[in-house]
Amino acid sequence: MAPDKMIRMGNQIAAFFRTQPGIDPAVKTLEHITDFWEPRMRQQLRDYVADGGAGLDPEVIAATKMMA
Amino acid sequence: MKDFIIPDDTDMGTPAKEGAPVSLIIDGFDVTVPEGTSVMRAAAEAGIKVPKLCASDNLEAFGSCRLCAVEIEGRRGVPASCTTPVAEGMVVRTQSEKVRKIRKGVMELYISDHPLDCLTCSANGDCELQDMAGAVGLRDVRYKAPENKELANHFATRNTSGEANPEWIAKDDSNPYFTYDPSKCIVCNRCVRACEEVQGTFALTISGRGFDSRVSAGAADDSFLTSDCVSCGACVQACPTATLQEKSIIEMGTPDKSVVTTCAYCGVGCSFKAEMQGDQLVRMVPYKHGKANRGHSCVKGRFAYGYASHKDRILNPMIRDKIEDPWREVSWDEALSFAAKRMRGLQDTYGKKSIGVITSSRCTNEETFLVQKLTRAVFGNNNTDTCARVCHSPTGYGLGQTFGTSAGTQDFDSVEHTDVVVVIGANPTDGHPVFASRLKKRLRAGAKLIVIDPRRIDLVKSAHIEAAHHLPLRPGTNVAVVTALAHVIVTEGLMDEAFIRERCDWDEFQTYAEFVSDPRHSPEANEMLTGVPASDLRAAARTFAAGGNGAIYYGLGVTEHSQGSTTVMAIANLAMLTGNIGRKGVGVNPLRGQNNVQGSCDMGSFPHELPGYRHVKNPEVRDLFKEAWGVDIDPEPGLRIPNMLDAAVHGTFKGLYCQGEDILQSDPDTKHVAAGLAAMDCVIVHDLFLNETANYAHVFLPGSTFLEKDGTFTNAERRINRVRKVMAPRNGYADWEVTQLLANAMGADWTYTHPAEIMEEIAATTPSFAGVDYALLEEKGSVQWPCNEDHPDGTPLMHVDGFVRGKGRFIVTEYVATDEKTGPRFPLLLTTGRILSQYNVGAQTRRTDNVVWHEEDLLEIHPHDAENRGLKDGDWVKLASRSGETTLRATVTDRVSPGVVYTTFHHPDTQANVITTDYSDWATNCPEYKVTAVQISPSNGPTDWQEDYAAQASKARRIVSAAE
Ligand code: SF4
Ligand code: SF4
Ligand code: SF4
Ligand code: FES
Repeated sequence: MAPDKMIRMGNQIAAFFRTQPGIDPAVKTLEHITDFWEPRMRQQLRDYVADGGAGLDPEVIAATKMMA
Repeated sequence: MKDFIIPDDTDMGTPAKEGAPVSLIIDGFDVTVPEGTSVMRAAAEAGIKVPKLCASDNLEAFGSCRLCAVEIEGRRGVPASCTTPVAEGMVVRTQSEKVRKIRKGVMELYISDHPLDCLTCSANGDCELQDMAGAVGLRDVRYKAPENKELANHFATRNTSGEANPEWIAKDDSNPYFTYDPSKCIVCNRCVRACEEVQGTFALTISGRGFDSRVSAGAADDSFLTSDCVSCGACVQACPTATLQEKSIIEMGTPDKSVVTTCAYCGVGCSFKAEMQGDQLVRMVPYKHGKANRGHSCVKGRFAYGYASHKDRILNPMIRDKIEDPWREVSWDEALSFAAKRMRGLQDTYGKKSIGVITSSRCTNEETFLVQKLTRAVFGNNNTDTCARVCHSPTGYGLGQTFGTSAGTQDFDSVEHTDVVVVIGANPTDGHPVFASRLKKRLRAGAKLIVIDPRRIDLVKSAHIEAAHHLPLRPGTNVAVVTALAHVIVTEGLMDEAFIRERCDWDEFQTYAEFVSDPRHSPEANEMLTGVPASDLRAAARTFAAGGNGAIYYGLGVTEHSQGSTTVMAIANLAMLTGNIGRKGVGVNPLRGQNNVQGSCDMGSFPHELPGYRHVKNPEVRDLFKEAWGVDIDPEPGLRIPNMLDAAVHGTFKGLYCQGEDILQSDPDTKHVAAGLAAMDCVIVHDLFLNETANYAHVFLPGSTFLEKDGTFTNAERRINRVRKVMAPRNGYADWEVTQLLANAMGADWTYTHPAEIMEEIAATTPSFAGVDYALLEEKGSVQWPCNEDHPDGTPLMHVDGFVRGKGRFIVTEYVATDEKTGPRFPLLLTTGRILSQYNVGAQTRRTDNVVWHEEDLLEIHPHDAENRGLKDGDWVKLASRSGETTLRATVTDRVSPGVVYTTFHHPDTQANVITTDYSDWATNCPEYKVTAVQISPSNGPTDWQEDYAAQASKARRIVSAAE
């Protein structure tokens, strides 16, 4: 997946959960990504965050860091 | 083949009524029928047929032919039984000397103006006029021409002195599927009423009076083709004579048997009788007991089946090493072992997860089930997806979150009880025509309509229909508009508090109410953004909230956005807010696109879900399938279609088995799809035709049509309908057999001998299908899931006593603008859709005479935008986005607002998807087809891309046959 596409997809998810009351958006973002992203995509995200994660919203970075 | 026993198809004369029981005596028999029933129908209920010509049980009685005269004790004269309602204690005689004489007289008059060429007439054996002449015992026609004058008639081309008969009108052959031969018309008005009452198009009228009355389509100089006629066939069906007749009947003669089956085009799922001569299909007739269509049809299901025998169909398997090579026809064995070896080889080199499948939303449930089983049980991964990814995946997510199930909540019959209908991002008269006819009937009976769509779709204003409100929003602002509707309902106190308290989570509602009440969600605050006048939006909200039973119907104009899932939740909120869930006439109704897209989702086509919408992460569900299939199920979600293509470009996804789906044409950002396909080493296309995707395939496995196999389709109402085999597969195997052969070539040991066995496996593993089997479908005709111990007869209405998830959940729906924005380079917004006569990528409909209605995709543009660019109607224009460019012809119309352009995607040479981008719904990756920033300029020919594409396609389609 092209990095900008991955960034956009991750940020879109975070953007939704940011608007939701009474939840931790990073946790919900993590759950969503774990449920719907194939391991290869999650690995790419992890690698990208390890490289600094430029362009990713803080919730996505936090979610990725929580990934097992 | 076991023929389904067709329930009694007798025409009861007039429509069924609901009402208090009324008892009467007909020919000495006691009969009890609902109040409002006609005497004719009451007699029919008692098994007594009263002769009739102008009556039919799908039309309101008209009372013009007088053939149905009866005697009623205590009443004078001989009333027409079709227009006379029953009364308590009535005593009716359907046969007497008096009525017999009258009927004979009536028939004599009719026959005096009708040609006596019965033996060579195309309706011979299927003509009600003929039947009635027999029934009344007509033996001679006594009318003679008066002295020195011709007897005027409508059927002789010349009178006896050889002059042209001015009353004679030539046949109208303009419609590709049926003819109108005025010389045989008895002016019974059935066609006119069918067009009005059943179809709702009002294309036909009776012009002239008395002897001069004629049926005419459109205005005086119109033919059927140039009139408003949409070729639904209702008038042909209604016509008691050969006046309106299918051309296939004229050519082939009358059928000798019929088999009930289901249309393979759209998600309405109409039932048809396939009328056959041996294994030749003579015609498709809508089946009166079909619960989705109630005897109606559209041009596609009724007439556009010619693709099944089209010369382009590929009937032999083919393979090639590289996509640059021509195809080589080979035996099934060779093709399957070639495919199996390649796929296994790829897994050896690149890993278990390097291959996957795309299931077809056009194939049967049983076939789809097998394809996802192939990837899960044979490939050993969850890489399965289906075209629902690109259409209703947000429905699954959005309704799942709010109600606890992705299921649409109603059956189609429900619309008959609706008072206010909201149609959002759907164009039912084109996309779901038979549902549209049923909806229009309800609207004509007084229900109100609110249309939320950037385009002025036909429903906004057409014959005898006018929307109470049309909110022409800017593409991409659905969430803002629906949230603003909720704002009005909540701030004006129009919600149904009792319902919310009882059925929903009250705390969540409080939070939600606070959210929507914020002034920034008011229609006024959003007017600039959405382009919808605030006062119109407020009025629409009030109409919906206060207008009685409110039902929301929506389509891909809702889902195919970056906030598709959020809009679905907003719609669910709106329904809960107004208490419009859980009974007839209300609900949230996703109008699904393809015939079996509902079924393909139910059958576990998504990479994160096993059949029955159960996430692969749940160990109990995996265990269930492990038990059934004897293999471990991968606990990780697989790749979705766009992810497969990305992984292919990356080199980690190498092989794909794609059944009945043309992703190259139907999926967004064609160039990216092509790059993904080109990067794979084994693409197996299983289809009827060498579709666009096949240009990049290494193996082609010929598919079978819906006429050639048994199985089931599940329509948009969750209705499981039978598909029945009426002829042997021309390619040798039904599609489920091909998948089984491939699985076995890869080492599986599948031994299904009939789709009924696959359904048994589905029922055994999927709780919502637990009660479904072929015997039940034979008995009931169809059934709506969930069908299990709790609901042995299926479930027409969902959430009747409570939501599937318990309490309904209100979800905050904040508008987030899409990244796809207009700017100086791309100042216009393109949105896409489809039209009635063509279907999806058009592979089937383009191979039928339906092309007379739509030869090419056109670009709709507002006069203002056209003028700015110096464009006129019919000009070639270049349409460009940041993804690519294409050319097509413009049609200048104010159906679209300034700043918005619109086109369809039925033709591969236009390739509207070269333009669409890879942006997608946040939750599901459903592509954002409905919003693309574009620019338009005059053009004089195809773009480079179109030329390269055409060259590549024709090269990729070369075939060397086995003999060479
Ligand atoms: S085919 Fe349908 S639309 Fe056309 S005239 Fe007949 S009933 Fe009307
Ligand atoms: S065309 Fe057929 S249905 Fe219509 S008025 Fe004539 S006979 Fe009746
Ligand atoms: S295309 Fe749809 S509406 Fe038309 S006949 Fe088929 S199922 Fe019915
Ligand atoms: S059938 Fe009753 S008047 Fe024609």
